[in-house]
Amino acid sequence: MSVILKAENISKQYRLGLVGTGSFTHDVNRWWHAIRGKEDPYLKVGALNDRSMKTSEEYVWALQDINFEVKDGEVLGIIGKNGAGKSTLLKLLSRVTSPTTGVIKTKGRIASLLEVGTGFHPELTGKENIFLNGAILGMNKSEIAERLEEIIEFSGCEMYIDTPVKRYSSGMRVRLAFAVAAHLEPDILVIDEVLAVGDAEFQKKAIGKMQDISKGEGRTVLFVSHNMVSVQQLCTRCILMENGRIKTEGPTQEIIDEYLKLNDETDSFKRTENTALSPVFIKDVYLLSPKKIKTNKVQCGHELNIFIEISASEEQGNIRMEIGIDGKRGERLVYLSNALIERKLTLNSGVNIVQVHIDKVPFLPGTYPLTIRISNESGKEVDKVQNNFKIQVEEGDFFNTGKLNVLSKSKFLMEHDIFKI
Amino acid sequence: MKANDENWLYEISSKHALIDLNFAELWRYRDLLFLFVKRDIVTVYKQTILGPLWFFIQPLFTSIVFTLVFNGLGNISTGGIPPLLFNLAGITAWNYFRVCLTGTSNTFRGNQNIFGKVYFPRLIMPLSVTISNLLKFGIQLLILICVYIYYTATGHSITPNLYLLLFPIYVIMMALLGMGAGMIISAFTTKYRDLQVLLGFVVNLLMYMSAVPYPLAEAKNKFPSFVSDFVEFNPLTQIIEGFRFMILNTGSFSWFGVTYTFLFSVILFLVGMIVFNKTEKSFIDTI
Repeated sequence: MSVILKAENISKQYRLGLVGTGSFTHDVNRWWHAIRGKEDPYLKVGALNDRSMKTSEEYVWALQDINFEVKDGEVLGIIGKNGAGKSTLLKLLSRVTSPTTGVIKTKGRIASLLEVGTGFHPELTGKENIFLNGAILGMNKSEIAERLEEIIEFSGCEMYIDTPVKRYSSGMRVRLAFAVAAHLEPDILVIDEVLAVGDAEFQKKAIGKMQDISKGEGRTVLFVSHNMVSVQQLCTRCILMENGRIKTEGPTQEIIDEYLKLNDETDSFKRTENTALSPVFIKDVYLLSPKKIKTNKVQCGHELNIFIEISASEEQGNIRMEIGIDGKRGERLVYLSNALIERKLTLNSGVNIVQVHIDKVPFLPGTYPLTIRISNESGKEVDKVQNNFKIQVEEGDFFNTGKLNVLSKSKFLMEHDIFKI
Repeated sequence: MKANDENWLYEISSKHALIDLNFAELWRYRDLLFLFVKRDIVTVYKQTILGPLWFFIQPLFTSIVFTLVFNGLGNISTGGIPPLLFNLAGITAWNYFRVCLTGTSNTFRGNQNIFGKVYFPRLIMPLSVTISNLLKFGIQLLILICVYIYYTATGHSITPNLYLLLFPIYVIMMALLGMGAGMIISAFTTKYRDLQVLLGFVVNLLMYMSAVPYPLAEAKNKFPSFVSDFVEFNPLTQIIEGFRFMILNTGSFSWFGVTYTFLFSVILFLVGMIVFNKTEKSFIDTI
């Protein structure tokens, strides 16, 4: 198989903060360097792209030294956490913006299933919009006309096809838009699975279509997704991105394992300095292991003690502290608050430690993000942290019977007694 | 296989030629151009009662007001031509330049949503503005012809002259000027919005400096010399005067004027292309 797409030393630099008068002086300076034949002075600076870090640099590298090749007919998965640079890379590939340095070479035409419904005009009918949208995505009229029936049928909007799009429900608009995009036939297709939208039925159809495209038709596909099941099913090879760089690349399974490991590194509480200088600031959240070491791990069925370290610039009488524990999909499992149990809490000026105590952890093994919210006496929220700290529940002997296999039969565990009277 | 590896279809990088005009690609997207033009024409007056009649009303009413103010109150002589016809001719031509300029100058800002998501040759946008406005210009010429016929039928002796053959060149010059200036403005406004604000009132002022509501001869008589020089060497004046000359046989015409205006238009257009090219690749980061 020959190489159809090749990226060489791709980097992309962005300016942090606002574009204002400061950028004008930079532009002049850049121009002054350029006419003397010198290198752009701002290319030498730039921070690593890590959202939560503090930086004094004015420029940031959204992508840095990206090199990869895609072979003809290959389905390449691009995975990574939010902000790893996946979208920027896709933007470069779809020629929306150009790289700061480096070059992408391609032998085929690239089209992206990135954004659906681009250029829909509300006053035009569904059919007119199919033509307009198709043309924007790079099809010509005869190609669209050939597939018109198929597109209309896939969208399931037959009845409304001669009605202006402004009369459509948002779901119908998305269906129509996706139907157009899905019938593109470029040499290289860039798919972002995040765009599987609409109701559950259509989502299934959309993902199915994406899978058909990537798998069935032997097309070269770049596939971006957070859904590891899809990635595993479709991709022959994967690239893992982190902070704007390629971390590793290789066979799909290896890379997925690596990615999951990346996601697990959540035992430390990450929070930037109290830059807003709020009067109350949650500095640290941790559990203590039996050996009194800070941790985020606790065994199912064990005692749970959450310690919350709070600095207060002045005394706070009668605060309300709320703790939410969420499940895997972000659904709220438990809500705890000192208001519920009518326990009065006050904060002294300086550092305070608040302890939350639960007798027995009822959760199954897994990761449980915390939301902590503090309100002052008048009910105004003074500080809130969300998902910064995650409790890692490990397997444990909840019923003290030595039986671990009971876990899979429940959503959560509950002490109980069963007897004959 | 090794040799085949070097046959890249295209490259994406930060480097680019000064004028990077890919005709093959533009041609491939001709259907898109056509659809944009159609969209512009069809959608403007959807859900209006008068519909396309609005194309006629705007120039006609402006001419009536101009006639009342400049010829009624201001006593500007139009050299024996019915003032309404004189004004309508000037306004019709001026309008085409104006809409090309304002339409093109909004290329990047007005389309940032679409440009931020898909690639197609960006030049399609200014081209579609120019072409759809050309069609509107054609429609507005119809009303001009109607008024023209009305005045000849009621006994005014007005005739076009042979220079009418130059008409297509004049249209091209207007389009080039409008697009050229528009592309420059659209490129600069991606980062610094100042020009957009400026454009709003400068276009209106420019109309008065382009001999639209008065003949050039009047300007030479009544304006201080540096102003009348400016008016005379304003390429737009040359176009408006020339246009009136060919259809109404009034005012002045010189081959020097045409050549000068043509060169000016081409140069402005080329500069516009250069600036536009430079901007289109990464404007989405700064807009």
